[in-house]
Order: sequence, then structure tokens, then C-alpha cells
Amino acid sequence: MSKTINVAESVPNQGFFQFLLEELKPKGKIFTPFNIISFPIIILGLVIIYLRFKNGIGSVTNLTQEVPWGLWIGFDVVTGVAFAGGAYVLVFMVNILNLKKYKPILRITVLNGFLAYLFYSAALLLDLGRPLNVVNVVIGNNYGVSSVLFLVGWHFLLYMLALFIEFSPAVAEWLNAKKAHRFLTAISMGAVIFGITLSVLHQSGIGALFLMAKDKIHPLWYNSYLPLLFVVSSVFAGISMVILEGSISHKVFTDYMDKTDNKHHNSILVGLSKICALGMFVYMALLVLVFIHEKNWVHINSPYGYWFLVEVIGFVMVPMLMFAYAYRSHNTLIIKIAAIMTLIGILLNRMNISIICYRWEDTERYVPSWQEFIVTLTIVFIEIWVLRWIVRRMPVLRSGPKWAAGSH
Amino acid sequence: MTLSRRTFLKAMGATAVALSVGKEATAQTSGEEKPEFMAILYDSTKCVGCLGCEYDCAEAHGNPDYEIPIDPPMRKTDDKQRTIVNHYETSKGRIPRKMQCMHCNQPACDAACLTQAMHKCPEGPVIWREDKCMGCRYCMISCPFDIPKFEYGSTNPQIVKCDMCIDRIREGETPACAYNCPEEALVYGKRSDLIREARRRIVEEPDRYYDHIYGEHEAGGTSWLYLSPVPFNELGFNVNIQKSSYPALTKGFISSIAPVDILLPAVLLGIYEATKSNNTKEEDQ
Ligand code: SF4
Ligand code: SF4
Repeated sequence: MSKTINVAESVPNQGFFQFLLEELKPKGKIFTPFNIISFPIIILGLVIIYLRFKNGIGSVTNLTQEVPWGLWIGFDVVTGVAFAGGAYVLVFMVNILNLKKYKPILRITVLNGFLAYLFYSAALLLDLGRPLNVVNVVIGNNYGVSSVLFLVGWHFLLYMLALFIEFSPAVAEWLNAKKAHRFLTAISMGAVIFGITLSVLHQSGIGALFLMAKDKIHPLWYNSYLPLLFVVSSVFAGISMVILEGSISHKVFTDYMDKTDNKHHNSILVGLSKICALGMFVYMALLVLVFIHEKNWVHINSPYGYWFLVEVIGFVMVPMLMFAYAYRSHNTLIIKIAAIMTLIGILLNRMNISIICYRWEDTERYVPSWQEFIVTLTIVFIEIWVLRWIVRRMPVLRSGPKWAAGSH
Repeated sequence: MTLSRRTFLKAMGATAVALSVGKEATAQTSGEEKPEFMAILYDSTKCVGCLGCEYDCAEAHGNPDYEIPIDPPMRKTDDKQRTIVNHYETSKGRIPRKMQCMHCNQPACDAACLTQAMHKCPEGPVIWREDKCMGCRYCMISCPFDIPKFEYGSTNPQIVKCDMCIDRIREGETPACAYNCPEEALVYGKRSDLIREARRRIVEEPDRYYDHIYGEHEAGGTSWLYLSPVPFNELGFNVNIQKSSYPALTKGFISSIAPVDILLPAVLLGIYEATKSNNTKEEDQ
């Protein structure tokens, strides 16, 4: 058990509200480099968000009639959802395949996934021109059931709920709510099974969103297999994110972590690198099949063709080989580098489809405005702040209180 | 771990199969000509390019002070103007072409819209309904003709596009542009009648017309039909538009959702039961 904090056990001595008040206070240093950089950006971002609601979307973005989806959708939603795919893959491995080895990183991954989804939906609301009408979709007076976006939206929403249920035992442990804990643990198996199903469908659904943009996306990136490619790539994108996040939190949150898990970490990394290598191999094979099927070689000898090769060879094939090598040699440094390269590759792929190679024939190209960048950063930073707040309080990286042991 | 690995791959395979099976089951072309859609035939050999329809359209949609900008020479419809007429230099001289929503038989925008704000009316027009739209702009991503426009400068933005004067049509009147056209370059009528009329014109005056009716099959057929004296790419038309409907591109995915939603949980539960007893197993190295 960690020496620094043991909140759960000390709760009964205080009133509940006193306890909450106590927990709201910041823990840890205030003037860290991260805080000094992120705080002003968050303030600036909030001002821009205010202006966006006061003057309209056009006042802070560079979106045009030709390019109606920009950085907020292309990065926050299309890329971000792939990055958050680690939650469903890991839940599958631990809760369905019963691979106990990965259990220590399960909670932090689920929490990361939940927060990511929460904040991406917030980003989505910013991008909606008439956000209040979102109720139409939810309360169901206007179901567009033939709409991919409708189905993605619903799977997305329900998955957030599933993630929350999966994480909720940790909240119960924090609040020392034993009854609720028993109940939440009991229903979380259902959340696990439906969560995975919902993930497979909305991960592929994000690819399906672009199926009707057939004439607008460069043929090297557009194909009718986009849904399959998206769901396969979300597996190793998500796992790479887990590797990266795990390595960072091992530096930042050492005090909030059980010592034994620390040693275990490297063998987890090695196991994850195998999954990445396998996933990327399947993905590469699919890419080759699509390439041949669509006779795409005619496009290769062009700037876009070279760009495609950079993405596929430089940021899929190379990290795939690195993962495979690192799995054999147990070299965790190579695993981390490969994870970063993989994430860059996924970022490139999603941005290429949604922005860079979208309307590639136009002379006037969309380039995001600085405000769009700041707002995107703001959302990521607030997410990290909330994540940090939770990790420092709830049993996310360390084991829960003794009474909860063994039940989950 | 060998067992679990195999089951894992099998589960992935099941998903892939479900996805691809759905893909085969593409679109039964839902009643292309079933209802008698109303349509408009635009004959660019009769159009003199007076731009009168631009003013009529603006007036019919609450913008009576509309002024046509002199620049640029090639204009596009935007969040204020629903139709415009450009002049093109072609192999047969300067020829005008009117642009507006094509009112597809199976509109991509309607299939894309998650609130049914974009709606194909039984009369034929595709309209946008303000109280439903949430401004996601997915219709703009999906429309192959780049028609829906968004009011980026507004805090309560609308999607702006031609509605074929649905209110007039419902009262039994002719859309404003067709009603006012002095040269009868725009004819309003039943879609099948207009296709027949267009064919008749091509047959009777083969020298005058290029032998194609744009909109008869493009994007699965549209309610706006075009005749031209020159190949359509010379008038700035996208001639690569596929002949089948755009919503058909997503039907495969959509029809695979329900099976995956039902089958995958069962598969997962099965794997869970199979691996439950291996409590002590760790992954092999
Ligand atoms: S042209 Fe575009 S906006 Fe008009 S009906 Fe077809 S898909 Fe919809
Ligand atoms: S912007 Fe409005 S009309 Fe267009 S797809 Fe979204 S909700 Fe439908």
C-alpha cells in the first residue's frame, strides 16, 4: 500500500461534506511547469469558447462551405476516439480473456477512456451550430435511423455510460460506499460486454461517416472498407496510447501507485507490444488488399502518393517491426518509441481522411485558425487536470481499500 | 494462453465477417420512380442567362434587395443565395448554366441527417427543417453536389439551400424560378413526363443537344434535369458522379449494425465463460 494517501480508510471519522470539501483542495505542487503552461492556455481557450457562442462558429474558425468539419471534429473526435480505443481492448483482455496480468493498468485506462469521451462530446457540442437541438436525437422525436451519424452518436453515448459503470467501483471505494460498491461491481460485467460491442460499432462507424464523401477524399484514403480499417486501427492506436500514458503516469504519479505494480510494468509493456504488432500486421494486410483491389498504384507517383507512403511505411510498418523486435528483445525503450510513432501514424491517417486529403483538388485549402488549436489544447489540458484530480484521490493506480479486494 | 489467443482472433474474425456480410447486402433501390416526384427541366440551349431566376429566388426566400455581385465571374451558391447562373466558355460559345440543389431521388443529405431535418418530401423537393437541425453539417460532408450551405456568422445558424419552393408546390403553384422564366428554359412537371420531354427534344434536334440528360441517372436520379448543347463537363458539371445513389454507400454498414449488436455480446459471453476457469493463467512470454 502507498504511504502517502489512504483516504478511504480515514473517511468514517469525518462528515461526508467535510470529506468532499477536503478532497476538493488541490493536492501536490501548484507551480509545476505543466500548470504554468496549461493554465493560461485554458483561460484563453475559455475566452475563445465564449466568443464562439457570442459571435458564431465562423468568428473563431477557418471553416468554409467546402470544408465544414475542421480540427475540432478531425482531431478531437475522429482521432481522439481512436486514441481512446485502449479502454475497450484492455477491458476485453482482462475481463473477457481473463488475462490477469493487465489488471493493474485497467482502471487508469478505463478512466482515461471515460474522460476522453466526456471531453470529446464537449468538443462536439462546441462544433454544433444549433447545439440545443441535440435533444432531438436523444429524446427521440426525430430519429434519423438511416443516418450513420445517428448510430455513431447513440453508440458513443451508451458507451460513455458503460465506461462510467466500469469505473464506478473506484468511486465507491473512494467514498467508502460498500453497498453501492457491491451493486456496481455486479452490474459492471454487463457494462463490459456491451461496452466492447458498442466500441466495435462506433469505432467502425467513425470510418463509415466518410463513406458518402466518396468524391471528396483522395482515392488513396477513400475506400469502402473504411469502417473495418478504422476498427482494426483503433486496437493498436488505443494500446499505444495505453503504453504512452502508462509510461508518463509512472513518472508523474509514482506516489499514488503500489510498489509491486511498478516492477510488473515492464512485462505488461512487452505483452502489449505483441498485441500492437499483431494488430498492425492485420491492418497492413488489409491495406495491401485494398490497395490492390482499388488498383491504387496509379496514384502512387504523385505528392499525395508519397504522403501516403510516409504514413503507411513510416508510421505503420516501421513501428510494427519495432514492436515485434521489442517483444522478442524485451526492450521497453523501443516499445515506447514505437508507441509514439504509431500514435503519429494514426493521427496522420485520421487527419488525412478528415482534413488533409479532404477536398484535395481544391485550390483554396482549409488551415485551422490559431483559435481552433487553442480550444483543442484547452480541452486536452482540462481533461488532464480532471484526470490528475481523480488519480490523486481515488484508487486508480493503487489497489482499493481492503474491504473491496477480491470483489472486482 | 494459446486458447485465449485463438478465441480472441476468432472474435475479431466474427466481427469482420458481420461487417462484410452487411456490405454485400447493399441497398434494395428503394422505389426510385415509385412516387411521382415533381421535377424541373433546365434547357441551357433556351436559357439566355438573364439571371432573372436569381432575383425571383431571392425574393421568394425573403431577400428582395438581392444584388448580384460582379466579382467573381464564377460564383457559387452560398449561405444567402440559393441559386446562381454562371456563364461558361465552351466549344459552342458562351453558355449559361443554372445551379441549385438537385433534389436527388435518394438524397445523401437526407440519409446523413441524424435528426431528419433534411427531408425528402413525397412531392419531390428536399427541404431543411429548422426546428430539427442541430447544425452538425454532416449533410454538407455527404452531399455530392456541395449544396447545403451553413451560416457561419450566425449564433443560430441555418442550413441554406434550394427548397424547390415547397410552399408554392403544396399550394399547387409552380416554383418561383420556373414560373418567372421568360424563355421557358425552366419547365416544371412530373419527373417522368419531363424525362420524356427531354428525350423528345434530343431526338427531334440532335444537332442542338448533347445526347445526355444530366440528372436522369446521376446519384441515382435527381429531380433537377439538365439539357446541354455541349458535353456536361464543359459546363462545370461533375461527370464522375456515380450513377447509383449515395445513401447506398452506407447501407451495408448500417445493416451490419444490428447483427453485431446482437451477436457480439453472445460471442463475448461465450469467451468469458470459456476462460473463466483459467484463473491462474498468465500470458506466456
Ligand atoms: S443535391 Fe445535395 S442537398 Fe440537394 S438533395 Fe441531393 S444531396 Fe441533398
Ligand atoms: S446540419 Fe442539420 S440538416 Fe445537416 S445533417 Fe446536421 S442536423 Fe441534419
